[in-house]
Parts: sequence; C-alpha cells; structure tokens
Amino acid sequence: MNRRLLWPALALVALLVLNLVVTPSFFELRIRDGHLFGSLVDVLRNGAPTVLIALGMTLVIATRGIDLSVGAVAAIAGAVACTHLAGGGDAVTGMVLALLVCAVLGLWNGFLVAVLGIQPIIATLVLMIAGRGVAMLLTEGQIVTVDDDVFRQVGAGFVVLPVAILISLAVLGGVALVTRRTALGMLIESVGVNPEASRLAGVRARTIIWTVYVFAALCAGIAGLMISSNVNAADANNAGLWIEMDAILAVVIGGTLLTGGRYSLLGTLLGALTIQTLTTTVYTIGVPPTATLVFKAAVVIVVCLLQAPRGAPVPRREPEVVGS
Amino acid sequence: MTEPLTAAQPQPLVDLRGMSVEFPGVKALREVDFRLFPGEVHALMGENGAGKSTLIKALTGVHAPSAGRITLDGAPVSFTGPAQAQAAGISTVYQEVNLCPNLSVAENILLGREPRRLGAINGRAMRARAARLLGRMGLTIDPASALGNHPIAIRQLVAIARAVAVDARVLILDEPTSSLDTDEVDELFRIIRVLRDDGVAVLFVTHFLEQVFAISDRVTVLRNGSRVGEYDTARLTRIELVSAMIGRELGALAEVERRTGDRHAAPTPLLRAQGLGRTGAIAPFDLDLHAGEVVGLAGLLGSGRTELARLLFGADRADTGRLLLDGRPLRLRSPRAAIARGIAFSSEDRKAEGLVTDLTVRDNMILALQAARGWARQVPRRTADELVATYVERLDIRPADPDAVVATLSGGNQQKVLLARWLITRPRLLILDEPTRGIDVGAKAQLQRVIADLAAEGMAVLFVSAELEEVVRISDRIVVLRDRHKVAELSGAGAGVDEVLELIASGRTTAEVGGR
Repeated sequence: MNRRLLWPALALVALLVLNLVVTPSFFELRIRDGHLFGSLVDVLRNGAPTVLIALGMTLVIATRGIDLSVGAVAAIAGAVACTHLAGGGDAVTGMVLALLVCAVLGLWNGFLVAVLGIQPIIATLVLMIAGRGVAMLLTEGQIVTVDDDVFRQVGAGFVVLPVAILISLAVLGGVALVTRRTALGMLIESVGVNPEASRLAGVRARTIIWTVYVFAALCAGIAGLMISSNVNAADANNAGLWIEMDAILAVVIGGTLLTGGRYSLLGTLLGALTIQTLTTTVYTIGVPPTATLVFKAAVVIVVCLLQAPRGAPVPRREPEVVGS
Repeated sequence: MTEPLTAAQPQPLVDLRGMSVEFPGVKALREVDFRLFPGEVHALMGENGAGKSTLIKALTGVHAPSAGRITLDGAPVSFTGPAQAQAAGISTVYQEVNLCPNLSVAENILLGREPRRLGAINGRAMRARAARLLGRMGLTIDPASALGNHPIAIRQLVAIARAVAVDARVLILDEPTSSLDTDEVDELFRIIRVLRDDGVAVLFVTHFLEQVFAISDRVTVLRNGSRVGEYDTARLTRIELVSAMIGRELGALAEVERRTGDRHAAPTPLLRAQGLGRTGAIAPFDLDLHAGEVVGLAGLLGSGRTELARLLFGADRADTGRLLLDGRPLRLRSPRAAIARGIAFSSEDRKAEGLVTDLTVRDNMILALQAARGWARQVPRRTADELVATYVERLDIRPADPDAVVATLSGGNQQKVLLARWLITRPRLLILDEPTRGIDVGAKAQLQRVIADLAAEGMAVLFVSAELEEVVRISDRIVVLRDRHKVAELSGAGAGVDEVLELIASGRTTAEVGGR
C-alpha cells in the first residue's frame, strides 16, 4: 500500500477496534427482508454524502483550488428537488433539475477561478454564503417536506445495501476510471503542480479547472439529494452544514496536499470513512455531546501529526539552488 | 585585460575569503574572495546562475557557507541570519521592494525601530527622524504620507532610507534599477554617491553595463559560481567586462561538427517576424528562421533574449508587428496555438516554467503531446512507453527509469526530459532558451550534438544561451541583442567570439540606460 495511505488506514482500523471493544456487536451484519443491516452499514450510509463531496473536493484541491461552497450547493440541490416535488412535480425531473442547477453553480465557481483568476477560497466563499440564501429563497424560508417513494430511494432506499452507498461507490469507480483511463488525472495534477509550465506545454488549464469545479458541484448536488431524501425534507439552513469542512479534512487525511498536485481517491475514501467512523464512535463510546467537537478535533490532529513528514525540522535556510 | 587588483587600500571593511556555498548536488559558490572598502561603490556582475545572489546571501547570513570566512572591519564574523548582519551594519535592499504600502513613509523607514515614549509609539519623533533621514538623502517626501501613494521609484528610495536608518556601514543593493526609468536611475545614483561620500560601502548588483561604468568604483565578476576577477572600473573596458562575464568557457567541450552549405535553399522562411515587438520587453525586430538552420541568440542578461523567444512562441503577446508561418500570417494567442503549428519552446526557467516536478519522467515527457490531443484521448500507454524509451536512449537520460519522479533527476537530465517533451511533438521550430544553463559539461556537449543533429534532419532551431562560445559554435547565424534591441545579425561562417563580444559590449545606444 502507498505509504501515504498507511496512517489514515491505521487510524480507521484503530477506531473500528475501539468500537468493537466498546460495542462487541459492532461488526455484526444481519440480513433482514433482503437488506443488509449493521453498524458498519450505518457508518457507510451516513458517510456517503461526505464521501461524494470529498471526491469532488479531491480533484479541486489537486488543481491547487478549494471549494467552500459544496455545503450550500447541497442545500440548493435539496431545495430545488423538494420544491419541485411539493409543487406536484415528478421526482426524476426534480432531481435532474437539481443537478442542472448544480452544474450551473459549478460553472459559476469555475468562471470566477479560471477566467477571472480570483483566489479559489474567496471565489467559492461567495457561493458558500450566497448559496444558503438562494436555498432559503427557493424554500421561502420553510422546511419543505415531501412524500415521494422514488425520491426516498436516493437517501433511504435499499438494494441489499443502502442506495446511498451504491451511488457513492459508483461515483468513486466512475471518477477513478475517467481520471486514470483518460489523461484527465495527469493533466489535473500537472496544472496543480505547475500551472505555468502546463500552460507553456499547451495544457488547457482553464478548461480543466472549470471541469473540476463543475464536477465538485455535481457531487455536492447528489449528496444534497441524499441528505434531503433521507429526511424527506429540504432544510435550507442545516442541510450539508459544515460538510465542506469534513470533505476538506477527508482529502487532507487521505494524503492529498492542499498545495495541489498528486491526489489519491482511495486516500480520500479512507479519510471520509475515518471521519464518519469517528462521528459514530463519539456516540458509541458515550462522549458527552458538549465535548464531541473537541474530541473529534483531537483525533484529527493526531492523525495529521502522524502523517506529517518527520525527522526533518522546518528548513530555516532557503533550499533554492539557483544563484544570482 | 586588466589585472585583478592585489593590494589597493590597506583595510577592507568586508573581506570574504574562500567562500563556498553548496546546495544538494550543486556548488553554487566556489572559493570566492570578495572585498569591499568603505566609501566605494562596488559592482557585482555576472550572468544568471553566476552566484551573485548566493554571494550576497552568504554575506548576510541567509545561506551557511560550507567553507570560507568573513571578516568585518578586521574581526571575523559569522551571521546566522539577515537580522544579525543588519545589527552589524550590513543592510540589504532587495529587487522586490519589501515594504508595506498601507503604512506611512515614516513608519516604513522605522518599522520595528519606532521611537517610543511610555511604551507607545511617538509619532512626532518618528516623523522627525524619518524626515532627517530623507533629508540626508536629499529627498523631499512627506514622511506622513502613505507609501502606497508614491511611485515604485520613490518606494525604492524609501527602502534605501530604511536600510541606512540603522547606521548601515555596508549597503547592498540587489538589482535596484530593474524597475526604474532613466531619470529615476539618475536620482538613485545621486543618492548612492551621497552615501558613498559619507563612507558607506555600497555593493551594487546590476546587469546593465552602462550603470556599472556610471556609478561603480570597482567591479567583481562572477561566473558559474567562481570569481573571474576584481577590477578597477576606470581601467576596465566594456569589452573586457563582457568577456569576463560570458566569455571563453575553458571547458573540455567536444567540437560540434559545423555544417555549412546550402541550407537556405527554401526561399520562404519557416517563420518570419516583421517588426514584432512588445513594449518594455523587446523593441520591434525582423527575424527569419529557416528549416534546417540553427540561429543563435546572443546578448547579456536583460538584453531581451528570453522576451524575443517568448514572443515567437506566443507565451507573451506581441503588441506590434506580425508573424508569418510559411509565408502566411500567423496570430499566436497562446502557447497552445503555437504548438499546434509546430513551434516548441523550452523555457530558461526549468523549475518554474518547465518541469512538473512531482510527476514522473514519462508524464513530463508526454505532457505536451497529451495536451495537444486533449484530455479525452489519452496517449496509449504502449505508444507513450515507446516514445519515452526512444528518447531516454537517444538523449541518454539517466536513470533510464520512466517512472522516476522528475524532481529526483540531475539538472542535465531534467533538461533532456524537457527537450524530449518537445521532440515528441515533432516540432518544425524548436526554441531553446538557455538549455545548457546549470548543467555539467558532459551533458552540455551531448545537448549541443543533439541540436546539431536535429537541424541536420531539417528542424529549425532558435538557440538562446548566455555562453557566447556555445552560441558561436553551434549556430549558423547569430542574432545579437543589446538593451532590448536587435542590433546585428551575423552569418555563422564569419562570426567569431570577438566580433560578437564587440557588438554586445559597444555602447552605441547609451540612451537606454534604464533598459526600456
């Protein structure tokens, strides 16, 4: 296994073992009505939106970018789908519509970053703030509840495994295939490592950057549909709240550097699962709710420290070679 | 050539003996001696990579020398950082002005050394002290005005005021004139003279010859990390200085076979530039490039070599003139457009503009080809492997491992990887900007041979190099640049090093002191 993946993998295993000790039934799986149940399945299902968003985030971060707007985009996706359903619309149309809106939002982010050259953190902050407002406008400030069997499947359905898990795995497989079977992955890394060299080599950096932001927004859209489908409602204020932070964390724990370049989809998956298992662990071992965030933060810091390159103190002298 | 000085003044203020600085794999400075006397302006000259910045950084404690010693005023010193050097009276003003535009002039000058009263900053005293310092330099700037409201030239002068505010005995100016126009340079020089007459030792780094002769008392020339010599400016001719900087490399370079004859057979040049130019970069020039011909571009650093090359590739956009490809007008909106028409450009700045350091040798080599095909049509793995294997062998790249991360290769091998990247695209015109900089002699000879072979196969090559001998040896034609103007074009058969040196060094266009 890649050495970068060692620590997140160990952290995940450690958390799972901890759960096993506290809850001996943690690894038990049962099949009921042809559906697979168990704590592990719950972890995967609850983590599915984070996994999806983190996948999109991985590619954005690989180009030296970051997308803070994914949580707001998820909320918009839920709002679009639910208001469409509440207005008597069809579930499939509603979801397609939601994803189209997300694609447009991704184009907007890409436009700000790739064409106007605004720093990604600022450019996507715009939509992070404004997006919740847009979702509020769509839902008119209410929590829009829906009751639709097709829509419910996305977040709460089962085909042996929860549908949400299947969707996330399918997207993971799809991205892995597309980025590694075409040259997209290499060009993304190339733009992330050295944008100027890439431009001089004829890489269409702008198109690539645009692509990753649209992809991130689409991932966020699907995640948003899952979240709102799971609760049969669109909550403009709380759907996908802070999920961008979990996603960024998942990417970082997975070994992709925020400075861009080489990325690891598998690492991101491990990172997202680690975070989700951590959240579950907090409940199973009975950390008081008031201390939950502190506990999570502590674990994350430990993982990041373990991962950081050691032995080499921060260089005080400049390592540059070129004289004059 | 003027003999290096042996003993002039009795006691140098700064005395560097046998300074060596090593970076992983590179000797950036080799046993360099350097002396600086009080009340002199000393120019430090050399091409890119000669070691000027390294010398300054070794002196100011930024880089730790691997050998050698520094004495200041007769006492041995060893600085562990610029702050210590500054405390000892050595102040440095860098090329990019490191000031805060949102603060006032007075605050910038005295930042970190503000006069205080009862713990609070005494604004009035601070402005008064700043005014005194500015007055000493003959400047009438309101110390209370925001620095950001002043032009870059004034900011440069404020940076100098800040540097001398600590009672500097040594003032180091690292290319202070590169963003100034002629009048501003005059003003700067006036201030430098004031400081010099006050007994400050001024170390002045520039690449403008005119300025060296206008301001400096003595000159030290570095080349490839070694000191070439120390000279009295008054007894130094322009041509001696230039040949010290870029002249005869005494390397064991294999003679590249010179091809002569009927290589101008095709009447239409492959690429023709007519009045092509870009303001502030290169004055309008005409240039014809023929298939099968190596054209060398000679000139000093800052003469517009790189700028000219970038225009031909569309890396920068020309604002006057036009390009003709095969006699048909060509508009280059981007490097991508140039690549699509068979033009390749390998930048002088390997790290910043060439290599994608974290990727493998294979990825780096096929990058340009892949980019031209678009992301959806991946170069088939087998094709890529074959291409990479071909060029690894042809260019003798070591280690011969396509999966090696390119950052781990030596400079010469990295350069070959970049060359391979472009050869894989089968260009008709190959523009190489300093492909041999910072690589060892053996790799240099190999690259030169490859270039000669490529031209023999019918490729047009534009070869840019700071090393004159090299340009003269492999070029069929030599274009000479000076102060961002094309000043001459020599056919290779007749061109000798001396003739080109003469052209580069002659000061016929003295008006362009500021280089723009």
